[in-house]
Amino acid sequence: MVDAESIVTLDDIRFSYPSQQQNTLDIKHFSLQRGEKLFLYGPSGSGKSTLLSIISAILKPESGIVRVNGAELQSLSGAESDQFRADNIGLVFQQFNLLPFMSVVDNVTLPCRFSAVKRDAVLASASSLQAEAKRLLSAMQLPETLFKSRKTMQLSVGQQQRVAVARALMGRPSLLIADEPTSSLDTQTRVAFLDLLFAELDRSESSLLFVSHDESLKQLFDRSMSLAEINKAAVTSESLD
Amino acid sequence: MLDIAIQSVRNRALTASLAVIAIAMSVALILSVDKIRRDARSSFLQTVSGADLIVGARSGSVQLLLYSVFRMGSATNNVSWESIEDIKSRKAIDWLVPLSLGDSHRGFRVLGTSKEYFEYYKYGNQRSLVIDQGEMFDDVFDAVLGSEVAKQLQYSLDQSIVVAHGTGNVGLVAHENQPFRVSGILAPTGTPVDNTVHVSLAGIEAMHVDWQSGMQVPGEGTSPDTIRNMDLSPRAVTAALVGLKSRGTVFREQRAINTYREEPLLAILPGVAMQELWSLVRVFENALLVVSSFVLLAGLVNLVSVLFAGLNERRREMAILRASGARPGHIFRLLCAESALLSAVGIIFGVLAHYLVVGLVSVWAQARFGIDLSLSLPGWRDLLILLLVFVAGVAVGCLPAWRAYRQSVADGMAQRL
Repeated sequence: MVDAESIVTLDDIRFSYPSQQQNTLDIKHFSLQRGEKLFLYGPSGSGKSTLLSIISAILKPESGIVRVNGAELQSLSGAESDQFRADNIGLVFQQFNLLPFMSVVDNVTLPCRFSAVKRDAVLASASSLQAEAKRLLSAMQLPETLFKSRKTMQLSVGQQQRVAVARALMGRPSLLIADEPTSSLDTQTRVAFLDLLFAELDRSESSLLFVSHDESLKQLFDRSMSLAEINKAAVTSESLD
Repeated sequence: MLDIAIQSVRNRALTASLAVIAIAMSVALILSVDKIRRDARSSFLQTVSGADLIVGARSGSVQLLLYSVFRMGSATNNVSWESIEDIKSRKAIDWLVPLSLGDSHRGFRVLGTSKEYFEYYKYGNQRSLVIDQGEMFDDVFDAVLGSEVAKQLQYSLDQSIVVAHGTGNVGLVAHENQPFRVSGILAPTGTPVDNTVHVSLAGIEAMHVDWQSGMQVPGEGTSPDTIRNMDLSPRAVTAALVGLKSRGTVFREQRAINTYREEPLLAILPGVAMQELWSLVRVFENALLVVSSFVLLAGLVNLVSVLFAGLNERRREMAILRASGARPGHIFRLLCAESALLSAVGIIFGVLAHYLVVGLVSVWAQARFGIDLSLSLPGWRDLLILLLVFVAGVAVGCLPAWRAYRQSVADGMAQRL
């Protein structure tokens, strides 16, 4: 039973790392609607990264069903998982998102090298990969003088994160996963960053799973959720501390 | 993947260039060592390249070669002048240069020969002897020195030298009555010619005018002018170089000389005998090959270490690529492309360096060692070596690539900060 309105659905997920006795994740149900911007918060160690790894088909749960964009990830092979991720998901990390030896534009077009789906999606609406990359960079309010720059390491952290968002949005992935993308930004830049991100998400109709330990941002999102509320394993481990 | 590899390598230009230099040096060394090995061999085999046959008294072919060409050891017997005349008169014979050995000058062998020697003696790639200073012998008491003789004994033109009977350096009876005059000095050849004092056959006879059965006849000795007027035609020589009108007749002529009835003679094909002799020094040849293989091995180890060293600092790079959709296979190919790129660039620079080195030392090597290092296009053997280096470079590059592959799978999306 595929819920057409959901981009992500998790049911009865259990996961533990081989070195650990207890479950890291024990989630009865989790879902993310299409086009929804979800803010997921929780302290470090609450299993956020593990959850993201499962949703982006890097880790497989021991039991349960992971459905992302219509595909059941727990039954995909390693190569299928990789291809699925490349085609359907955009990722933004906390920092150091850019390859230092590539120009800003080349960094943005990078995902299209690995996914024909994303490449075709870009070329359906734009004249070239570079044109779309430049449009996204402009939308992220990056000055055009930076586009050809190879010195990505000299960009400010805020600029780097905006380039990373532009890259994650290339080819309009159905799901954008952002793992603490704002934690290295100051408060004012955070809000501006999120504004730009949301505007472009609305345009690309991508869903957003935004993970942070900083709850002050949660009112900006459609919905917010504490991982501890849904992860029974995390509650147990916290109560033990 | 190649363009990402190129950009990534460019970003790490310093460490990458170390790997390239290591490969380039190995390639240049292995090519140069191999070339020296081959050219030394061919230079050796072409010590006498003009003659079709070497004729001497019957003994072993290597022995005949050793004393007639390399001036080592001595002949067991001489060849009578009548036999020489007989051979010379055969229809198939184009030219014949008699060689008379057995005397020495301060450790250098004295060779009595005819003027044709300077015309027909060829070495290397059909190179002729060149008289550097003076001219060839004309008078009975004229001597033409090999370059090494002149250099070591510091002789100049018109100097008087005394030739000793026998071939050692000390305790020999010198032919002091008949001093020779240096009429010419040859340019270096890198062959035994450099260590030879050349005189005419008449000169050899003149030295021995006052000698009988190896003993000096007591008395004042005969004056040079008297000797000049004597009949100095030789009674016997040690060996002869023979040139044929057509190479096709070489085996027939060889058989004819070997079965000569008047005297037991031996005719050898210099090339064949040289091969036989060279097989004695094959150990040295193999040692060179082993050395160059180790040089290559060192270069490859260097490449691996450079690739491995860069791997940890590049974990983030791998994670970013993975986050952008690169699969572990892409990471593996990226690393392989990188080692292929470094190997290829290293090989190109190595080949250039090899040609530079050969170009620089060829003149010196020719003069000093007589090795004819010619600049030549890479042969199939060189290409095979280069291909081997490339394949080995890519193959060892797969080790770090495999590690990166494993790491990128293990790291997944998690960035190790």
